[in-house]
Amino acid sequence: MTDPLLETRDLDVTFRRGRDRVPAVRGVSLSVRRGESYGIVGESGSGKSTVLRAICGLAPVSGGQILLDGVPIPTPRDAAFYRRVQMVFQDPYASLHPRHTIDRVLSEPLAIHGFDRREERIERALSEVGLGEGFRFRYPHQLSGGQRQRVAVARALILEPQVLLLDEPTSALDASIQAEVLNLLDRIRAERGLTYVMVSHDLAVVAHMCDRLMVMQHGRRVEELTRDQLRAKAATTDYTRQLLAASRGYTPAD
Amino acid sequence: MAPLLTVEDLRVTFPTRRGPSEVVRGVSFTLGRERLGIVGESGSGKSQTGRAILGLTPRPGVMTAKLLDFDGIDLRSATPAQWRKLRGARLSMVMQDPKFSLNPTMTIGQQLTEMLRFHARMSAAEKQRAALAMLEAVQIRDPDRVFRAYPHELSGGMGQRAMIAMMLVTEPDLLIADEPTSALDVTVQVEVLRILDRLVRDRGMGLIFISHDLRLVGSFCDRVLVMYAGRVVEELKASDLDKASHPYTRGLMNCLPQIDRDVRPLPVLQRDEAWAR
Amino acid sequence: MTELSRRDWLLSDHPASRRQARLGQAYRTWLGFRGNWLAMVGLGVVILLILLAIFADVIAPFDPLIPGDLRTERFLPPGSGAHLLGTDDQARDIFSRIVHGSRLTLMVVALVSVIATPIGMIVGTTAGYFGGWTDAILMRITDIFLAFPRLILALAFVSALGPGIENAIIAIAITSWPPYARLARAETLTIRDSDFINAARLQGASSLRILWGHVTPLCLSSVIIRVTLDMAGIILTAAGLGFLGLGAQPPQPEWGAMIASGRQFLLDFWWVATMPGIAIFIVSLGFNLLGDGLRDVLDPKARK
Repeated sequence: MTDPLLETRDLDVTFRRGRDRVPAVRGVSLSVRRGESYGIVGESGSGKSTVLRAICGLAPVSGGQILLDGVPIPTPRDAAFYRRVQMVFQDPYASLHPRHTIDRVLSEPLAIHGFDRREERIERALSEVGLGEGFRFRYPHQLSGGQRQRVAVARALILEPQVLLLDEPTSALDASIQAEVLNLLDRIRAERGLTYVMVSHDLAVVAHMCDRLMVMQHGRRVEELTRDQLRAKAATTDYTRQLLAASRGYTPAD
Repeated sequence: MAPLLTVEDLRVTFPTRRGPSEVVRGVSFTLGRERLGIVGESGSGKSQTGRAILGLTPRPGVMTAKLLDFDGIDLRSATPAQWRKLRGARLSMVMQDPKFSLNPTMTIGQQLTEMLRFHARMSAAEKQRAALAMLEAVQIRDPDRVFRAYPHELSGGMGQRAMIAMMLVTEPDLLIADEPTSALDVTVQVEVLRILDRLVRDRGMGLIFISHDLRLVGSFCDRVLVMYAGRVVEELKASDLDKASHPYTRGLMNCLPQIDRDVRPLPVLQRDEAWAR
Repeated sequence: MTELSRRDWLLSDHPASRRQARLGQAYRTWLGFRGNWLAMVGLGVVILLILLAIFADVIAPFDPLIPGDLRTERFLPPGSGAHLLGTDDQARDIFSRIVHGSRLTLMVVALVSVIATPIGMIVGTTAGYFGGWTDAILMRITDIFLAFPRLILALAFVSALGPGIENAIIAIAITSWPPYARLARAETLTIRDSDFINAARLQGASSLRILWGHVTPLCLSSVIIRVTLDMAGIILTAAGLGFLGLGAQPPQPEWGAMIASGRQFLLDFWWVATMPGIAIFIVSLGFNLLGDGLRDVLDPKARK
């Protein structure tokens, strides 16, 4: 594998709950190439979102390494890291501050990182995600779910990162809106040459968006497949085959 | 065979600051002992339709209908006492999230036997046997443990199955399931659907399956109602879903990403003002 | 710009500037508030108090401190001649004293909220956001303050600092912040791990920026509601200190002190103590109604 941009090596994440230690991710290694779109599929509790959160410093890494461009990333993450890696959250109703206008949401990261030409950047970010100038001074409650998620994408893009971490970006949206957001993400990746790591429980969504994917269960890696292997139903484990069958809808037992 | 449930011109209205807003606008259908799917996006009125049939329209909403007949009983004029006899015993509802529907202070067993206390004359031992049998029927491997467990001690899938057991222990004639599997993992989802499927086939129960997931409803149900903006825009056999004629249904089908086909960009649903009229 | 178009401008779903968005938001809150007539009554009382305090010199017909003719004008009943609410034992006009007393009341209210609210907010949000040791230390300090009844603690402070209205205000402020800290901490805990705070962290925002720009605005409304509802209690505590002789000193026209000095004549000349009592009652009720109304529009959780 040439030129991995983002790697994890034997990543362990353990949460402490009182005296208990709950292992959420156990020994997960993955390697994402520059410009690639990589998917992580699994059910709830499989640790798929925790991998993303560990990469961006929202979950405690208890073992293993995370490398960006071959260099271990610092803990706590520094400003330079956040300029290169950004994240889009699952629930657009929870990821935007209810009392901040879209303008504020987009201008804050620019202020933090001292970017120039802010007006211009905000206008460009809004038009890039398909929202006009008319949205700029609205509050989140004046937007639909799909529009909010577009704002969240614009917020992630405004620092011009290289890697976008997508945590179930469409699972809270209706099917028709999901298609719009997926198309948007697809187009932006093509235009900007971004690298995606996308987490989803929906095999079809990941198959549509990602070149390669990893199946996770109980915090462990089950297997890794390319999109073509998935289409050819070349899954090697029972669990992946189960997921594949379920994603086609209901099949009577007998 | 006479239909189990007949709904004609069902309307649900909520008052708002800008005047009344109708979220269900004249829905009519009949249900036999079959699996009927109601599909729609958020705000289509599908959940309010299900609630209205059970008389559970949240206040200050108002439900009206020309006809709402369940097995010869006019549900529109049912008294609170009649509702108590009907709900649970003959009409049941499974909600999306088991966390809000199970009592956290009672064990699963207590809640199951309580359902029976209202609706059947049985001895305590008989009730417990019936409850355990029901837990087994919903594919719970260790019914004795679950019987003694509190809701918080169960996983999401277990909780949902326990709740389905609770709704089914009285052997209702009609079950309304509102997104019963959306909170579940796909592998558990299949098991829950198998249970519902068997109940319809073996016990002749009528099932209204409300979901946003067209693919799931299409593969699981016999008949599908597609709702948009409070109306039924299309009614068709589930097997004919590919031949849907309404542009909304077709749009919903096409915009789903598929593993086998690579359509890029995904076709986007173009909404037409006329559909809502 | 006509009235109608200004309303449309404020309620527009497409605000064209930061200012329009902010004003529109405020206008919507105001529309919600205006629909509650009890809250409007409360707001009316508070505005009246402010106007009284500002124009006390113009409104009051007599000087509040200089006694009248002690032979002929002592203990005149309400409505006698120029004395609308009667006169007291020093032959001073009670109405004028109440009007001037509103300045003291308003000063207590304003200073206590200006001192106690920020302390409570800072302690609460800091403790809630950082958790761990910070939380443990700050909250135990808060608990120590909470363990004493407010009046007792204020009494202790005033006796240490010496009697006087300024010291009474400081004592009340020092004793009234702990509930706000608790409230702000509870609110902070519910939003600390939300995705919009995580998103801000991922933008590289510093803890200070998150606390000030993201956490505080969300805690502020519930703390403001609580402060408003507490105002009645604060006024009563101030009056209580005045009544006990530890707050405002004679001849200052503080309402609590006025009740204290009128109480010895209560049976023969009831109005001397009753009139300032009614004033305290009306203002406390006004703040309570206002607080209830604010809760209805600012705190969506309390809405039915």
